[in-house]
Amino acid sequence: MNVFLGIDLGSVSTNLVLLDEEAELIDSIYLRTGGRPIQAIQEGLRVLGGRHRGRLQVLGAGTTGSGRRLAALVVGADVVKNEITAHAVASLKEVPGVRTILEIGGQDSKIIILQDGVVVDFAMNTVCAAGTGSFLDHQAARMNIPIEEFGERALQSKSPTRIAGRCSVFAESDMIHKQQMGHKVEDIIAGLCEALVRNYLNNVAKGKDIRPPVVFQGGVAANAGIRVAFEKALGVPVIVPRRFDVMGAIGAALLAQETVADGRPSQFKGFDVAVRDYVTNSFVCQDCPNHCEVVQVIEEGEVVGRWGDRCGKWSASVTAPTPKVHYYVEGAS
Amino acid sequence: MKITFPRMGTSYIAIADLFRGLGNEVISPPPITKRTLDLGTRYSPEFACLPFKILMGTYLEGIARGADTIVSSGGVGPCRAGFYMEMHRRILWDLGYEVQTITLEPPKGHLSDLVQQLRRLIHVPLSQVWDAVRFAWKKLELLDIIEERAYYLRPRELVRGSTTRAFRKCLSIVRGAKDPEELAEAKSQVEEILASVPINPEAVPLKVGLVGEIYVVLEPFANGEVAETLGELGVEVHRSIYLTKWTRENAFLDFFRIPADRDAKRLARPYLDEMIGGHGIINVGETVIYSRNGFDGVIHLAPFTCIPEIVAKGILTKVSADLEFPVMTLYLDEHTGKEGVRTRLEAFVDLIGKKREKEQGVAW
Repeated sequence: MNVFLGIDLGSVSTNLVLLDEEAELIDSIYLRTGGRPIQAIQEGLRVLGGRHRGRLQVLGAGTTGSGRRLAALVVGADVVKNEITAHAVASLKEVPGVRTILEIGGQDSKIIILQDGVVVDFAMNTVCAAGTGSFLDHQAARMNIPIEEFGERALQSKSPTRIAGRCSVFAESDMIHKQQMGHKVEDIIAGLCEALVRNYLNNVAKGKDIRPPVVFQGGVAANAGIRVAFEKALGVPVIVPRRFDVMGAIGAALLAQETVADGRPSQFKGFDVAVRDYVTNSFVCQDCPNHCEVVQVIEEGEVVGRWGDRCGKWSASVTAPTPKVHYYVEGAS
Repeated sequence: MKITFPRMGTSYIAIADLFRGLGNEVISPPPITKRTLDLGTRYSPEFACLPFKILMGTYLEGIARGADTIVSSGGVGPCRAGFYMEMHRRILWDLGYEVQTITLEPPKGHLSDLVQQLRRLIHVPLSQVWDAVRFAWKKLELLDIIEERAYYLRPRELVRGSTTRAFRKCLSIVRGAKDPEELAEAKSQVEEILASVPINPEAVPLKVGLVGEIYVVLEPFANGEVAETLGELGVEVHRSIYLTKWTRENAFLDFFRIPADRDAKRLARPYLDEMIGGHGIINVGETVIYSRNGFDGVIHLAPFTCIPEIVAKGILTKVSADLEFPVMTLYLDEHTGKEGVRTRLEAFVDLIGKKREKEQGVAW
């Protein structure tokens, strides 16, 4: 079977998907990055490769997420795309007329505004990670509630407690205070969901024209409490796509399909990347006062990628095939 | 007297020559590095803006190399920068560095104003002053031209990184020029080097204007190398601020002739008719100009906590909606990661690219 591989290497999770030529999802895997991105990709490829042993022909591979360049280097990608575009592409596929995408992941959150199927505006959180997956994880653990049940518990609340949500540290103090005042756990959780939504709308989505259809995706979309809080705050239904948790990876796979549509052969190195030996290390270049920290990726004893240098001396010393990362204008048409 | 001064883009090369030509010993400000910023952040108030922190670090590094006098510029209008030299001095004195400070207003009017302000720095006969100023000015112009030229070449280059390498080579040649003859020689060398960068002359890159607070627009370290990043993403960058722009009647790239500030002010008027300090008004007006001149979008660079730019950002949201013209503000501070800037720029380039594709039906 011919497939396209999409990888979203994020700060918290690493997702891989396989789409067939009709862009239908064949398989997907959601892993914790756990601070070891290369191993996460290898694990993902090992599992996917094992499930479909020998039956897959990868025609194209795309990567996205904060670790997209590293992922591209390890697997041999045909396209490397930022998360905004990848999420928008996937969302448009799932909900064709989408106007607003709310995306909340492990450590960042974004809003994407579309018009007639084209992104016209976007924003990402800058100074604050309150309300993202990592914070919810932390609060769930602190309150001893499995994160999977967090949203359902919020929905049981009849009168959400008001939680100060501007800053995650203060939100936590406020929650502890409210617990000690005797508020019910459900009410506190529901209050937290509302506080985080308020925070998101005031910080990430400030000044943006939010119009339906509104799609909510990213790992935090699993939390029904947040979804309901969004619906309450916006006054419109909020759609959570079926594969809300791997939308970035789906977008990367769709973009890979688009990239190789001209018939070019894929640069994908194959599923046996999973068993190759990868080492990364870094050194501080002392050749000028910039003292750049150069990172290098070593595959089976051979340096396959370097970056971090401002002058380009080190990165240019490795000639890895470059995936399509930007539009190169071929000429006036 | 050993002088150091802020480093802002490539201008330090010419400014060092100027002070030297006026008979001073000069400690050229070292390149801004992570260390500069760490040092500056440690000794700055937390809510001071990024330029304040970088300058703090630059001064401390200059002092460590022997500087005992700091020359800096004042601010324009209600912007905290007008107060910075004094703040820096007090912090430095508290740290035990009793340096002298000389505050100059940025050369906004005629050259003669600048000369007048420079009097404390002049230790040579008047006849030599003119030579020194003219030489430094010529050098500054050449540096601006090189930068402008690099913006043009980068999205068209056939070998990624070749423009940036040529650009660095040009800077070191210009830096080495000691007198007008050497500068003339440097100029022809530079032109040769830039002309030899292989490009695709038929490319029609996306065009993006850079507006914002002057320091973060001019100093690549402060803006996460936004111009270089955009260039390598295939975007032709145009900057609204050049230190020498008003003297260049015939711009090196003629079709890029720079609109005068008063046009910018006039065009900003429907949105903002009030001096808000810094480059607030100009940024609003320049954005209108870029949209009229067929640009694909504008990147607005703002130091985090900068009041003039916060006001401008609010107004730019309206300008952007009215003109259906993409504008993205990047807030910059010591916590800004280059990767975060890159991600937003990539997404912005996708956005404006799709927009152009839709409007013109041109695949690019």
